[in-house]
Amino acid sequence: MATLEIRDLHVTVEADNATKEILKGVDLTVKQGETHAIMGPNGSGKSTLAYSLAGHPKYTITGGTVTLDGEDVIEMSVDERARAGLFLAMQYPVEVPGVSVSNFLRTSATAIRGEAPKLRTWVKEVKEAMERLNMDPSFAERNVNEGFSGGEKKRHEILQLELLKPKVAILDETDSGLDVDALRVVSEGVNRVRETGEVGTLLITHYTRILRYIKPDHVHVFANGRIVESGGPELADKLENEGYEAYVKGGASA
Amino acid sequence: MAEAQNSPTSGFATAGGPPPVGSTTAGAIAVAAEADSTVATRMSAPPSFDVADFPVPHGREEEWRFTPLERLRGLHDGTAVATGDGVKVAVDAPEGVTVETVGRDDARLGRAGTPVDRVAAQAYSAFERASVVTVPKETVLTEPIRIAVHGEGGVAYGHQLIELGAFAEAVVVIDHTGDAVLAANVDYVLGDGAKLTVVSVQDWDDKAVHAGQHNALVGRDASFKSIIVTFGGDLVRLHPRVNYAGPGGEVEMFGLYFTEKGQHQEHRLFVDHNVPHCKSNVVYKGALQGENAHAVWIGDVLIEAAAEGTDTYEMNRNLVLTDGARVDSVPNLEIETGEIVGAGHASATGRFDDEQLFYLMARGIPEHEARRLVVRGFFAELVQQIGVPDIEERLIAKIEQELEASVA
Repeated sequence: MATLEIRDLHVTVEADNATKEILKGVDLTVKQGETHAIMGPNGSGKSTLAYSLAGHPKYTITGGTVTLDGEDVIEMSVDERARAGLFLAMQYPVEVPGVSVSNFLRTSATAIRGEAPKLRTWVKEVKEAMERLNMDPSFAERNVNEGFSGGEKKRHEILQLELLKPKVAILDETDSGLDVDALRVVSEGVNRVRETGEVGTLLITHYTRILRYIKPDHVHVFANGRIVESGGPELADKLENEGYEAYVKGGASA
Repeated sequence: MAEAQNSPTSGFATAGGPPPVGSTTAGAIAVAAEADSTVATRMSAPPSFDVADFPVPHGREEEWRFTPLERLRGLHDGTAVATGDGVKVAVDAPEGVTVETVGRDDARLGRAGTPVDRVAAQAYSAFERASVVTVPKETVLTEPIRIAVHGEGGVAYGHQLIELGAFAEAVVVIDHTGDAVLAANVDYVLGDGAKLTVVSVQDWDDKAVHAGQHNALVGRDASFKSIIVTFGGDLVRLHPRVNYAGPGGEVEMFGLYFTEKGQHQEHRLFVDHNVPHCKSNVVYKGALQGENAHAVWIGDVLIEAAAEGTDTYEMNRNLVLTDGARVDSVPNLEIETGEIVGAGHASATGRFDDEQLFYLMARGIPEHEARRLVVRGFFAELVQQIGVPDIEERLIAKIEQELEASVA
């Protein structure tokens, strides 16, 4: 069973000619089949956690360990992490002009699966996945994220999640900027992947709204670069009612 | 991305946003009431067939300021003397086409345009024999005319004329390979209603120097499509230029360059909308990689007072793949009449972005594959518009090859 283990993770970023520590000792274990929600105020370091796990070059890991099934993730390049089974659905997916969605998906699936998917089954697989996400077939011929609406970008991220079948999926504020209809479609996509029982999900969010559609097994409150409280789904209800105020007092918010 | 997006209504708009290091993207739109064109007058001397009418450039002139003169190997100052074994020209033309080699005094030469700088005038003053390819009126070719210009290591001056009679249709592929120091002009004369597609491929060896002017004179209701593809050479500097002989002419000018370490590739375009109801569409795209790779793109469009109903757009896009490369991109649009359909230009120079790379790699795609995907995509749209399948395939293969070399 796949397990992502994060132990005492410290991460810094260079900003304004100074080194700033964003993550200050994160401990978290995500097992296949589990869903963890990480909730926290703006600036608490939640997105830094997501991007550090995926290997974004902007962030420097200064301490701690991250392993996936015992393999050292920190030592891996960005593409190696993805091939090892980590997936990051991004909050702000970038445009890649000149590269069509269909070309991108196939190149990516080929890299992740280690061989080119058979064309006939692949076309069917993509078509069906797109239908489930209410995506028009013409979408496949558009350039990656170019001119996509906020909702289209997020559906495209979840489309990749469904096709690439990672061991651990990190969803970075997938709910932000979505209207209720889009949120439902996207959440249904995440739930289909979760129901396979083969993915561990790390759901990073600012709002409790998405948790009405995607039920977490564990909820963690993130503040000032670390997890400050962990609990079950009831913790989300508490946050819904009380907000983050209790966690950011005394300048705890970065 | 530094983006200059101008439209005639915006007046004197120029580039917005900070340009990436090592590039300029300065555009201008001038709306003039008088017929005094600055596009024409900012050259240091008026056009002439005689090299003696041009002073030897010193490098600060508007038309020379981006060019490393010392690498022209004497083409600009009269010291490059033809060696007699400079280039070999072979023309392979389908039936119905006349191919001639003529002397300097042939009256058909020089009708499409007059040299605008000293090197083009030097070529015109120094060539001894010219190739003339004629497609008779109403002849529609199904196979391309292929002209192979192969450098044999010497210095050469040349002139070519490709003429299509009224309603003739042809595709011409001019291939430049080998090593040479070459200054050569090409004239395209299109009769009324003629359709000409020209692909000029500069696939020179590393040391070659190639400069010249390509003049098109586009007949009434004629269509001219120019595709300039520059990969090789130490220095390539071309002036693709268009004039219209009557109303209704349509011009497409596409360009594609892949500028490598140490190479200087310069394309200086001029479209002179001198008659009413003509169209022009210019799209040039370049990728650069390596230390001191330098691409220059100048896009001048003049809409003269008489040219009512003009519809023109020009665009230049550059993709900088590594540090140390430089792009100078200067679109200029000058408008002397407001009675037009449309006029605009855009220029943008962007880096292959770390965020794009991260996004693709985060989906398991290895770095070199990610770069290939982006560059292929960058050029694909333009390549698809060429409309000559074997050239399209060859270009895609060539782009792959350039990218492979960069990965190694």
